[in-house]
Amino acid sequence: MNAETEAGTDTEAGAETDRDWETVIGLEVHCELATRTKLFCGCPNAFGDEPNTNVCPVCLGLPGSLPVINAQAVELAMRIGTALHCEIRPSSFARKNYFYPDQAKDYQISQYDEPINADGSLTLPDGAVIGVTRAHMEEDTGKLTHVGAGGRINSAHHALVDYNRSGVPLVEIVSEPDIRSAAQARAYASELRGILVATGASDGRMEEGSMRIDANVSVRPAGAGEFGTRCEIKNLNSLRSLGRAIEYEVARQIALIGAGEVVTQETRHWDESAGRTESMRSKEEANDYRYFPEPDLVPLVPDAAWQGRVRAAMGPMPADRRALLADLLGGSASEAQAEQIRAVVDLGLDALVSAAVTAGATATMALARAANEVAAEGEAGLALAAEAFSALLALEASGALSPTQSKAVLHELAVRGGDPAALAKEMGFEALGADSLAAVVAEVIAAHPDEWERYVEGEDKVSGVFVQGVMKATKGQANGKEVVAELRRLRG
Amino acid sequence: MSSAREVAAAVRSKERSAREVTEEALAAVAERDGELHAFLEVLGDEALAAADAVDAAVARGEDPGPLAGVPIALKDNLCTRGIPTTCASRILEGWRPPYDATVVELLRAAGAIALGKTNMDEFAMGSSTENSAFGPTRNPHCMERVPGGSSGGSAAAVAAGFVPLGLGSDTGGSIRQPAALCGVVGMKPTYGRVSRYGLVAFASSLDQIGPFAATVEDAALLFDVLARHDPRDTTSLRHTAPPTHDAVAGGVDGVRVGVCPDLIEGCAPDVAARVYGAAEALRAAGAQVEEIRVPEFAYGLSAYYLIAPAEASSNLARYDGVRYGLRVEADDAAAMNTATRTAGFGAEVKRRIMLGTYALSAGYYDAYYAQAQRVRTMVVEAFGRAYASVDVLLGATAPTTAFALGDKVDDPMAMYMNDVCTIPSNLAGHPAVSVPFGAGADGLPVGVQVLAPALEEALLFRVARAVEAAAPQTAWSA
Repeated sequence: MNAETEAGTDTEAGAETDRDWETVIGLEVHCELATRTKLFCGCPNAFGDEPNTNVCPVCLGLPGSLPVINAQAVELAMRIGTALHCEIRPSSFARKNYFYPDQAKDYQISQYDEPINADGSLTLPDGAVIGVTRAHMEEDTGKLTHVGAGGRINSAHHALVDYNRSGVPLVEIVSEPDIRSAAQARAYASELRGILVATGASDGRMEEGSMRIDANVSVRPAGAGEFGTRCEIKNLNSLRSLGRAIEYEVARQIALIGAGEVVTQETRHWDESAGRTESMRSKEEANDYRYFPEPDLVPLVPDAAWQGRVRAAMGPMPADRRALLADLLGGSASEAQAEQIRAVVDLGLDALVSAAVTAGATATMALARAANEVAAEGEAGLALAAEAFSALLALEASGALSPTQSKAVLHELAVRGGDPAALAKEMGFEALGADSLAAVVAEVIAAHPDEWERYVEGEDKVSGVFVQGVMKATKGQANGKEVVAELRRLRG
Repeated sequence: MSSAREVAAAVRSKERSAREVTEEALAAVAERDGELHAFLEVLGDEALAAADAVDAAVARGEDPGPLAGVPIALKDNLCTRGIPTTCASRILEGWRPPYDATVVELLRAAGAIALGKTNMDEFAMGSSTENSAFGPTRNPHCMERVPGGSSGGSAAAVAAGFVPLGLGSDTGGSIRQPAALCGVVGMKPTYGRVSRYGLVAFASSLDQIGPFAATVEDAALLFDVLARHDPRDTTSLRHTAPPTHDAVAGGVDGVRVGVCPDLIEGCAPDVAARVYGAAEALRAAGAQVEEIRVPEFAYGLSAYYLIAPAEASSNLARYDGVRYGLRVEADDAAAMNTATRTAGFGAEVKRRIMLGTYALSAGYYDAYYAQAQRVRTMVVEAFGRAYASVDVLLGATAPTTAFALGDKVDDPMAMYMNDVCTIPSNLAGHPAVSVPFGAGADGLPVGVQVLAPALEEALLFRVARAVEAAAPQTAWSA
């Protein structure tokens, strides 16, 4: 798979990357759980509220306060584990000790040597299987805002802390070092995001920090048995950052080794605007976290009945849903259709497509319209009623609306809702009767006598000139197939 | 002062008003506590307002609860809403918790009157109350001696007769040892019987809140109020049991008492003699007394002084100057943390933070922390074997009577040895109680310790009451 590494294609390392080096990547994905309340207290788990309003003695770590585990968080963690084919195990919490102002207690409560989920896997849409080492629960820290000077950690005058995020439940999903390219890392993160949304564990909003990624990246000579020295890249807040940072880092490491230097194990920060990674701290500067069992919490032992209820309550995962759409297409999707299927499932529009097919639409048309026109309307498109969508496709299928008209109406329908026939009428789209079509075709033929002569002599490809002419004259109301049929009839 | 039971009965029957009882207690504190220094904070107005509320409830024909109008002293590591809670540390000076500890709520619901916050060794680390950042407490029976610790203030407040009841916390003997040195009853419940919510943590797996009282019956009365499941503490047990104080006078006929030389032999001869005297008294009262060896107890002290500091090093990390309490300004956040902690913590607290940090460090964890946990398991198993043949164990509480102020402050090991007899019950999470039983050679109180298996508080109090009933009548004097 090393030959597919795309890192070298647009970097200074050049083509050497592809042939001689293999990239090894492991991802750590932090997922904020979409619970009503925080992990260890009853404060709301909400994004964007006034700073330090969703706080209490527990999530502020006030002296004497004690954590109590949130059952909904445990349930969502088990859903994630189930979706990633993990073994769900009796687990416990530990304290990870380190001093930092965003930490209310100066330790983080996290699962350590006994995670709730272990030994799972994630299958990418192309069939590649990435191992999942573990998916464990932990609490989030507060949010620091550096104020003054450059606004960066090193130059700030002071920092403000918002503890609204302190104690928000997280599940950290740690992959095996099975990923071999930036593109595959993106595919993994994208598929994982789909799974997290499908389980109801997360809203998947990377821009709000609901999903944050650290990447462990190393390179080794192609065919080597041992891993190279890895660097951990932090601050990857979008799939784009993830891809760019890995590409940069791979090129940096290859260049270092090529120059006879060595890669130092360290933590590096991705600077999105500068487009590069920078050293944060070396292995020697790394914290000794002094983990030990959290004495304030009892072990977590979800019984078989609870696990069963969790499993039973889960809907289908993205891979199942893609398979379902592929089945609707008769099992043979083109590459373009496979892309449409991925887009439709990622956006959660697959139920819409299925409903339209059940109502009589062809899978090809329903999929294409959902992946393009409905998807283009973003959030609004997600609210489109299945009945309206099906009704519109029926109008198109019957010829009452041309494909061009149908697409225009669909954009409007996704935004405004309502009855598609009424909307089409309002937009001035009414299918041309056979008589008016014949009249328009005759006009266009009259305007292009030379082309008509060539067409009559059997040069079929000239028909495009007439179809375009008719479309222009009817502002898209004509059906292209019907125009061609009329031309053939006239040719005799 | 009358017993808590008598005060509550008088207040409930309108024989006395809660205000009168509270005023009397406040007057006693005002008169004598300047010298004794049992209290860090006396709650004058708050206590009187609470007393008036109790009296008003009685006047309305309501029952204010089993501790109606009974003044109580609270160790200053129990959070009290809006009232300074310092743990006797500079680092928490000025901090007023926005919430009450569960036990404080339970006391209020039972009609008790919080009279004040008592002195202690800083963060409950010590055995003499000399580690308080605000000056030591003195032993009411001899002003040149320590009251024990770490709950020395609450023990002294009860011993001085200021209040019939006090609350302490016991991590390695911090209720029982000062109870012994002050000549009062002090009891550590089974781990999990009393909620720790609102108890400022020292060593979370060992800490337990418990009662001080002048009598075993009062200690049981207070324990019954405190022993409730609390959903805010996941280590709080769901165990329900009938009130213990009803059974206190049940006697010890047929109870198998194991006199444990491993909890006696390291003690001063006058203390040891009192323990054997108590054993004889129990035999005379109908108990089956036998000697039982538990040599594993000898390792408890070493294990304790790794586990407790390890947990403390983590529990005390939050005192960093960022959110509350002391802040010493400096150039950046890390320097501010260091300056604050350097100024805010006393020597013993720093010693234990460093010890605990070391015990948890990479490369040392297995040799220290993990090894100590194995010893802890060994002690638990040793208790199990002992309780296969006896119902309770009997030993000393502390190796000596109250020692002189300043005597051990420069010798941490000598100070730590004070906990050698009390630590095993903390490691196992079992209940134990110290009951006064006569005086030592110096005329100061000696405490005898009764230990029972987990959840056997009723039996524990019953045996303790029998010891109390047989105790030589002594007017403490040195």
